Amino acid sequence: MSQAPPPLGTPAARREGRDKVTGTARYAAEHTPPGCLYGWPVPATIARGRVSAVHTDEALALPGVHAVLSHDNAPRLKQPDDPILAVLQDDRVPHRGWYIALVVADTLDHARAGAEALRIAYETTEHDVVLSENHPGLYTPETVNGEYPAVRERGDADRAFAMAPVQVDATYAIGALHNHPMEPHASTAQWTQDGHLHVHDSNQGSTTVRESLAAAFGLRPQQVTVVSEHVGGGFGCKGTTRPQAVLAAMAARHTGRPVKIALPRRQLAAVVGHRPPTVQRLRLGAELDGTLTSVSHEVITQTSTVKEFVEQAAVPARIMYGSAHSRTTHRVTALDVPSPSWMRAPGEAPGMYALESAMDELAAALGIDPVELRLRNDPADEPDSGRPFSSRGLAACLEEGAARFGWYDRDPRPAVREEGPLLVGTGVASATYPVYIAGSSASAHAATDGSYRIQVNATDIGTGARTVLAQIAASVLNTPVENIRIDIGSSELPDAPLAGGSSGTASWGWSVHKASTALLRQLRECTGPLPAEGLTIFADTEQETSEKSPYARHAFGAQFAEVAVDSRTGEVRVRRMLGVFAAGHILNPRTARSQFIGGMTMGIGMALTEGSTMDPVFGDFTESDLASYHVPVCADVPEIEVHWIDEDDPHLNPMGSKGIGEIGIVGAAAAVGNAVRHATGVRLRSLPLTPDTLLPYLL
Amino acid sequence: MKPFGYLRARSTAEAVRESSAHPGAGFLGGGTNLVDLMKLGVETPDLLIDISRLPLDQVGDTDNGGLRIGATVRNSDLAAHPAVRTRYPVLSQALLSGASGQLRNTATTGGNLLQRTRCPYFQDTSKPCNKREPGTGCPALEGAHRDLAVLGHSEHCVATHPSDMAVALSALDATVQLHGPDGERTVPATEFHRLPGDTPHRDTEIRAGELITEVVLPPRPDGAGSLYRKARDRASFAFALASVAAVLGVRDGRIEHAALAFGGLAHRPWRAYAAEEALRGAPATGETFERAVDAELAAARPLRDNAFKVGLARSLAVDALAELAADS
Repeated sequence: MSQAPPPLGTPAARREGRDKVTGTARYAAEHTPPGCLYGWPVPATIARGRVSAVHTDEALALPGVHAVLSHDNAPRLKQPDDPILAVLQDDRVPHRGWYIALVVADTLDHARAGAEALRIAYETTEHDVVLSENHPGLYTPETVNGEYPAVRERGDADRAFAMAPVQVDATYAIGALHNHPMEPHASTAQWTQDGHLHVHDSNQGSTTVRESLAAAFGLRPQQVTVVSEHVGGGFGCKGTTRPQAVLAAMAARHTGRPVKIALPRRQLAAVVGHRPPTVQRLRLGAELDGTLTSVSHEVITQTSTVKEFVEQAAVPARIMYGSAHSRTTHRVTALDVPSPSWMRAPGEAPGMYALESAMDELAAALGIDPVELRLRNDPADEPDSGRPFSSRGLAACLEEGAARFGWYDRDPRPAVREEGPLLVGTGVASATYPVYIAGSSASAHAATDGSYRIQVNATDIGTGARTVLAQIAASVLNTPVENIRIDIGSSELPDAPLAGGSSGTASWGWSVHKASTALLRQLRECTGPLPAEGLTIFADTEQETSEKSPYARHAFGAQFAEVAVDSRTGEVRVRRMLGVFAAGHILNPRTARSQFIGGMTMGIGMALTEGSTMDPVFGDFTESDLASYHVPVCADVPEIEVHWIDEDDPHLNPMGSKGIGEIGIVGAAAAVGNAVRHATGVRLRSLPLTPDTLLPYLL
Repeated sequence: MKPFGYLRARSTAEAVRESSAHPGAGFLGGGTNLVDLMKLGVETPDLLIDISRLPLDQVGDTDNGGLRIGATVRNSDLAAHPAVRTRYPVLSQALLSGASGQLRNTATTGGNLLQRTRCPYFQDTSKPCNKREPGTGCPALEGAHRDLAVLGHSEHCVATHPSDMAVALSALDATVQLHGPDGERTVPATEFHRLPGDTPHRDTEIRAGELITEVVLPPRPDGAGSLYRKARDRASFAFALASVAAVLGVRDGRIEHAALAFGGLAHRPWRAYAAEEALRGAPATGETFERAVDAELAAARPLRDNAFKVGLARSLAVDALAELAADS
């Protein structure tokens, strides 16, 4: 494919930017239909057991309280497509924070007062909430998230490792992490006389939520409308339907009134997923010249008793580096903890932290520059499958990044750069993220005034979806972007997949491209004036996108970080960071840069500040607000430089793009951790690198 | 949130009168902590007496060269005040290291002193807490306590006081002026906050109906320098893992004046009297500083997961003293 045609590749400004900064963009909780009631969900306060009684008299006697729903009286659901949605269906408490009741009242405060007046009796069972390396419940699942096999073996990894002249055998641990988007999950639900369910919901894909609500309530999808016009971030935790949508719909049906539920921040940690903790053992065996002969990546993680979710942290080791022998495995145990789920780059983010830290350790053991070590092990074909890469820009990213960062001037010796009390160091890590794509549909309409209208149920979770889709349509229709109107964010629009797996732009964009292309052809064939209603073309890409590619398709990148560690306090500050990415054609440099920077910033958080602590006594996460769950603040984030290498990859989609939403976080924590090691000589193998973890080695 | 009454006080006397007449009343300053706690159900006042518009928002010199700070002076304004910046840099630095710009624009001097611990169990009404509900127990002893006390705690409570400002006030020997139903009284900042003992529900020595009207700083000791150092999990908007406020005067190589207080280590700003004792009259050398700080921290009794705080506090304090000595 040739260079993407303009206006693709131009830095168009966000279409809804003005609405957002002026406060006129409305989010799910900002829709208040007449007669709307408010719901306050009630979380379980035991870690495991059953609800033996819900005493509602006092709550119902309070002013404004309309109803209390619990398993005693809540509408029975049909077939929820996710077990976490089966709320108020039985008396079981699978983890602390699981919803056991919902109070519905005329105001939020009345609902909350009602919740406080509920008296709940429990039967408590002993709970088990702490993941350990030798947990008796560990088992090997069939598949892991993304439907990858849990175990892959090639050759004899143990034997090759034992024979390798240089070995790294290290275990890395990452605690639980939470997505914590700025906008908490919210739903406003309303049933019409004819049994149609209307929901304003904050999610990453309202077609998905419509299907899910239809299944839960035994409706046809056409009987459900889900609108998600603006979404204040998701990072994966809004990629699946969440309980607030089901609860709001239940309560609206029960009361016959619209019901709004906005989840309080403090409840989120238990009900909207988390990145589960992982313990990852890496064994790398190499020849003296750095050639890898054996790569083993063995992952231990946790899921809940509600559902099996297995963070696929060993999967990136199947594609990153060549080696004749390899083993990648996952084991999981089901604990009495909240259900884990997707968080930005599930699998890659934790897995590449471990793999790229181990590569740094190997480079040090070999005395080979870490960039050079990676270049020497850059494979021609995907190691696990043997398939050729559609494009693989890792080497180019490493080389370009090293040049831009000034990497080659680096003194490899650790702990020799002192600036007063500060220890300074630099680190590098690779990044990767797979190319996912899903079938989507879209319509393209030509109006008689020469303007166009594109409809596709894409979701803008803050990435600029409207903007880039307009660019795609405009490039096909050969018209200025201002001439394209874009409708997204409603399940009444042509069905589309969710904004997840960094696949949104590719999936939606392909259907927009296809519809626009067909429209253009029709317009060219159309002699004479357009009919008054204009011309509309519908397209879907189910067929194209379901064809299995003969190529291994991944985006790659290289992350570079410089840190200063205060030897007096153990405080680590990132001084500068550079990410170089190879992700096909970049369709909008302005919004793409923003996504890369966002991902890298989240990587700084993963490396240094973010962590959720499981309280073994109570079975909940200790950090339940943004004062205690430390996402990086502006002062933690230095000038982040982002650069990309444009790739001409004809095996992707008509735009030639790979996803960019997640790769920015991948490798970022390893680059920071490797820089801390270079600065201090201290190799810590768990995150986050808070002062208490580093200080014992510095004082 | 529980329904509550709201009253805007027109005078200090009225505020105190109304407070005394309503045992369930609370004073509202900036509300940055109180309103959060009300939303959490931790604080449940029947009546909020808004004192934020009382004429307590001035900063002025005292007759003897000290400084008088009204209780409703905003943290941002106080930090930026020229007299504070030049004469009491430790206070300005402490204020600026606390919270975020937005919070400092709202938070008041009196409110800052009265903010409550951020111990996760105190803030969660579904769990026991002796501070919130006396007699229910302290889960932090065995639970999440990395951020909690290493000094002066009891089997009933291991909470820390979260304020940075209060640490500086302690080291500056400030006094807190209280206006109550029985008249006015003065409490030294060093004694204003309590240790938990077996009454951890009482954070301070303030009595029912009393309102903080001002904080008074004594004149700066001749030639003494001061500074505040704080270590935290992120670069801004994080409470101290440990902090130190230090005031040091050195003449001819000997320490003439020394005041040291730690934050993040105890239920109150921890005034380091043992360290000061060891510092006074001693040569201003690194060895002196280390010995003095060690003398203080010998009393530390860390919990399972917070022993790092002792080394961190030592490191901060020794470094702060050395820096002040170098500048003097």
